[in-house]
Amino acid sequence: MFGKLTIEALPLYSAIAAGGAAVTVGGALLVAIVLTWLKAWKYLWTDWLTSVDHKRIGVMYIVLALIMLLRGFVDAIMMRAQQATALDAGGYLPPEHFDQIFSSHGTIMIFFMAMPFMTGLINLIMPLQIGTRDVAFPWLNAVSLWLSAAGAGLVMVSLVIGKFSTAGWTGYPPYSGIDYNPGVGVDYWIWAILISGVGSTMSGINFIVTILKRRAPGMTLMRMTPFTWTALCASVLMAFAFPAITVACGLLALDRLFGMHFFTNAHGGNMMNYANLFWIWGHPEVYILILPAFGIFSEVVATFSKKRLFGYESLVYATAAIAILSFTVWLHHFFTMGSSANVNAFFGVTTMVIAVPTGVKVFNWLLTMYRGRIDFHPSMMWSIGFMVTFVIGGMTGVLLAIPPADFLMHNTTFLVAHFHNMIIPGVLFGYLAGYMFWFPKAFGFELNRGWGLASFWCWLIGFYLAFMPLYLLGLKGMPRRMETYNDPTWQPYLMVAAAGAVVVLFGIASMVMQLYVSIRDRRLTADRTGDPFDGRTLEWSTSSPPPPYNFAVIPTVSDREPFLVAKKDGTAYQRPASYTPISIPSNTPAGVVLGIFAFVLGFAIIWHIWWLVAVSAIVMFTTVITRSSDDHAEFTLSAGEVKRIEDERFRELGRRA
Amino acid sequence: MERHGLATYLIGFVLAVVLTAIPFWLVATHALPPQRLLLVIGIAAVLQVLVHLRFFLHLNFTTTPKENLLALVFTALLIFIMVGGSFWIMFDLHQRMMS
Ligand code: HEM
Ligand SMILES: [Cu+2]
Repeated sequence: MFGKLTIEALPLYSAIAAGGAAVTVGGALLVAIVLTWLKAWKYLWTDWLTSVDHKRIGVMYIVLALIMLLRGFVDAIMMRAQQATALDAGGYLPPEHFDQIFSSHGTIMIFFMAMPFMTGLINLIMPLQIGTRDVAFPWLNAVSLWLSAAGAGLVMVSLVIGKFSTAGWTGYPPYSGIDYNPGVGVDYWIWAILISGVGSTMSGINFIVTILKRRAPGMTLMRMTPFTWTALCASVLMAFAFPAITVACGLLALDRLFGMHFFTNAHGGNMMNYANLFWIWGHPEVYILILPAFGIFSEVVATFSKKRLFGYESLVYATAAIAILSFTVWLHHFFTMGSSANVNAFFGVTTMVIAVPTGVKVFNWLLTMYRGRIDFHPSMMWSIGFMVTFVIGGMTGVLLAIPPADFLMHNTTFLVAHFHNMIIPGVLFGYLAGYMFWFPKAFGFELNRGWGLASFWCWLIGFYLAFMPLYLLGLKGMPRRMETYNDPTWQPYLMVAAAGAVVVLFGIASMVMQLYVSIRDRRLTADRTGDPFDGRTLEWSTSSPPPPYNFAVIPTVSDREPFLVAKKDGTAYQRPASYTPISIPSNTPAGVVLGIFAFVLGFAIIWHIWWLVAVSAIVMFTTVITRSSDDHAEFTLSAGEVKRIEDERFRELGRRA
Repeated sequence: MERHGLATYLIGFVLAVVLTAIPFWLVATHALPPQRLLLVIGIAAVLQVLVHLRFFLHLNFTTTPKENLLALVFTALLIFIMVGGSFWIMFDLHQRMMS
């Protein structure tokens, strides 16, 4: 009846594991209680969970990402605490548990923190920047969101029921195969990734079509904002790269479930092909994450330097070049797998080449700031911190691109330091800059600057403390993923790294404070114009938050920075002579239902509860068919209603002036 | 939107089934030595892709807009990089493992 699921699956065997489970369940209960207390369930359901509005979907993605950031960070600080005290089998975590923690940390941070954060920001802002009313396929967008949430849910549930994978975020066979890993851990990992991966592929397709087909009249490709450009390139990468990991994980699942031999040595399988397939996705993935962050930095730097972006064309071409080149470097993740010198040399050279367009961008930002009137808004600080720190990470990356050097450094903490050096100041700082920059657009009031700056400094200093020692440790030969060690000279470095993680903890606490203080003072910082930072592009021409239809009249574009030009010409904020009715996609529970049953489906496969697999598959199939054949998936907002909303907006604008 | 008759879909369907059946049959009956078997499966797979493009997505060189063909060329390039690269990497490894 319940497959492999028994009462043994509860983590009662260890106090720490039980504690983790208690926090997870307690957190979920707390949220439920608060929602009930606020009587917010109905509002949450009708206005958010069932919404197909790109802005709300974007916000929900970002909420998911921030929650998962907390979870991923708890994992991180637990590892730092373990390694700081783990000399000669010290520490407080058993090896099995430590392995689960680095696996879930990596998996969560990449798939369920960074990916949703990025998808959320693109959802929230890109349609506004290209002057359209929604993405091309609003319902599909909701499905993508709920599939991502389903995957995240599976990772969270593994804390309470059963265990998570111990095979790292990469899940290499044969260790992740059924012979060495008969438990459910690897299955949790596989299905979390497969389910959310489908969501990401569809998001990619959705964004590509939106950007190519739904731009406002006059917005040629070379008039798109840098963020839209990077979103487009990242989406192309998503659509083409994600199938590779879907195949890799799918074949691994077949090996595990049905005794097949794609990645075992028996019957002609080849485990190295897993590494190959995984990284065909894995390298483009890092550019999927970083390109939109580059886009955000470009917007932020131009806005807060009060200058046009320097060398827009070169930035666009650099982005496109990176996108294509990112498909030609994947072998640098397994230089040591045994390829011949020619193969390694080829991929080493392509890896070094890809640093060139990235370097071009750094000069774009620097020269944009040059002689600008810089406003040191927190978003700008994230950008400056990024430029300085990212260059260091880039250089260690070029170092690792040299195969003979990589043979020494691979699998050490040098590598761990390198990729955190790219992904924290690059990806995460970028998204946080975007979060603080566009927050008023989404909610109609600004985030507190003081706490934003505090958060930035804690993150920056914490980052240096936590990861610079790892470079040194790597050079001294410390392998990654170590639960214990017996070299006493490593310990001081690991203690500094732990201190760094504590400083980052203050950074995260500052972000929570910032949110609290900003919500408390929201009337003081209300954004009545929709344009708090003297913005340059179309998203700032709407109210904050924008109306459901974004633009009452679709704008016509004749410049790269249309809103700035309109403000200069005095043509901004013009009232049209009359309004026309606007049709808007209706909300639907189909997306949430699909997400819930995708979660159930994954859970049922993990625990071999086959009848439940069948039931959830049937429900999902029926939901898709029902919603797809619904001919009334839209409703019309009458011209009068539009006029009422717009009149309200112009009254607000007038009140300010 | 132009209409496509049932016939096109049926032809496509039959071709797709045949191109699927051949590899399965060859594998099940061990009719060919492994090397040649792989080659035939590969060819059948490529033909399968072309059948889908032609009969289900209705792509051709006369009515399909230029940008769609351009997107297809881009796709082909990426597939070439991924599949070609994988072959290169895996056969290189194979050689180093075996000999
Ligand atoms: C907030 C500060 C962070 C700290 C203190 C931290 C700490 C750590 C530690 C201690 C490890 C294990 C290193 C080892 O194997 O020896 C690790 C691994 C990893 N981290 Fe982080 N991390 C942080 C943020 C992030 C972020 C933001 C991401 C990605 C978006 C990330 C992605 C990863 C990945 C992919 C791994 C590899 C996991 C594996 O070995 O399978 N981390 N991190
Ligand atoms: Cu890479």
